[in-house]
Amino acid sequence: MSNVKNILLNPIFNENPIGLQILGICSALAVTTKMSVALVMCIALTLVTAFSNLFISVVRNHIPNSIRIIVQMTIIASLVIVVDQVLGAVAYEISKQLTVFVGLIITNCIVMGRAEAFAMHNPPGLSFLDGIGNGLGYSAVLMMIASIRELFGSGSLFGFEILTLTTNGGWYTPMGLMLLPPSAFFIIGLLIWALRSWKTEQLERSDYKIGGHTALSRA
Amino acid sequence: MFEYYLSLFIKAVFIENMALVFFLGMCTFIAISKKIETAIGLGVAVIVVQVITVPVNNLIFQYLLADGALAWAGLPEVDLSFLGFLSYIGVIAAMVQILEMFLDKYVPALYNTLGVFLPLITVNCAIMGGSLFMVNRGYDFTESVVYGIGSGLGWALAIVVLAGIREKLKYSDVPEGLQGLGITFITVGLMSLGFMSFGGISL
Repeated sequence: MSNVKNILLNPIFNENPIGLQILGICSALAVTTKMSVALVMCIALTLVTAFSNLFISVVRNHIPNSIRIIVQMTIIASLVIVVDQVLGAVAYEISKQLTVFVGLIITNCIVMGRAEAFAMHNPPGLSFLDGIGNGLGYSAVLMMIASIRELFGSGSLFGFEILTLTTNGGWYTPMGLMLLPPSAFFIIGLLIWALRSWKTEQLERSDYKIGGHTALSRA
Repeated sequence: MFEYYLSLFIKAVFIENMALVFFLGMCTFIAISKKIETAIGLGVAVIVVQVITVPVNNLIFQYLLADGALAWAGLPEVDLSFLGFLSYIGVIAAMVQILEMFLDKYVPALYNTLGVFLPLITVNCAIMGGSLFMVNRGYDFTESVVYGIGSGLGWALAIVVLAGIREKLKYSDVPEGLQGLGITFITVGLMSLGFMSFGGISL
């Protein structure tokens, strides 16, 4: 039982796919100016990761090793096509805002990485949970970035106004920078800093240590 | 006419830089930018693959997948555009494989330089993103060639610059939690801020 819990919860803080494994940042940054768009992206990615893990795990003993990448790609691409078609039918406006980024789930390293690292060696049930767990870890980071960017960039959360904007007679002047690409990099960098200050075992050591000042007498 | 293609090219390299404005190919961008030489190798590989795959995908989209594209085969009502993702990724994977075999046979020097990076490129979002943007914006064949060169070059430029900065950065005193990944993101953020200044150029 604890094994199942670990598989599900580890990727959220301890082995976060974005914070530690540097997987899937491509889309993590581009779709985070609005929370609603980010939420749809999270759901799409979690589902694709979970089901691709499930299906790849089901056929894992029948895939010849030399063509496994192509097989994985085909399964993932088919799932993404399903997600894209459903989004186009159910949430047309949001799918327009996501533009190419739904398609880019195919090349999202999280999906591919989990398929290769976990689903190829584990039974379907556990793989499915691993997919959900990694999807949730990705979603947690994505929603955090999106909430910061939307709150400070347009003064709202999920489109509801939280900080009254000056244009609506309120007091808050939106920070335009938050809606521009660079802010996503800064926020994610600072988030990683925060995460690593809390979970110190994730620290990376630098290649060179800065030496102390040389005493004058020895110089 | 020439001016139009030139402005498309400049736009793809600077104003709509794949890595710094659209965040594409970030995983490899961050992971393989510790040394300038490897960054250059990867950059060249991306340019080559991008220049081939974007036009090829353009042809596939125009003559096989787009709405009514199969009219030449007597099937004017067929719309296969939902098969797009699957075909593009297939083309990219196949192209990378062919390129690898070709280089191995005829240009072994380049093959050895590119080495492990070639297979990695299949899962590089910048390549897939290039093809998807091409379809999304409805480029024709010539435009897609220019866009392929431009977007590949822009990505290569960004990774080489980042590698240069990171080579110097490793001698600096960075706060503990920020070392490695954290400071790299902030550096990329500053680079992206720099590239924003190209946004003001109207072509």
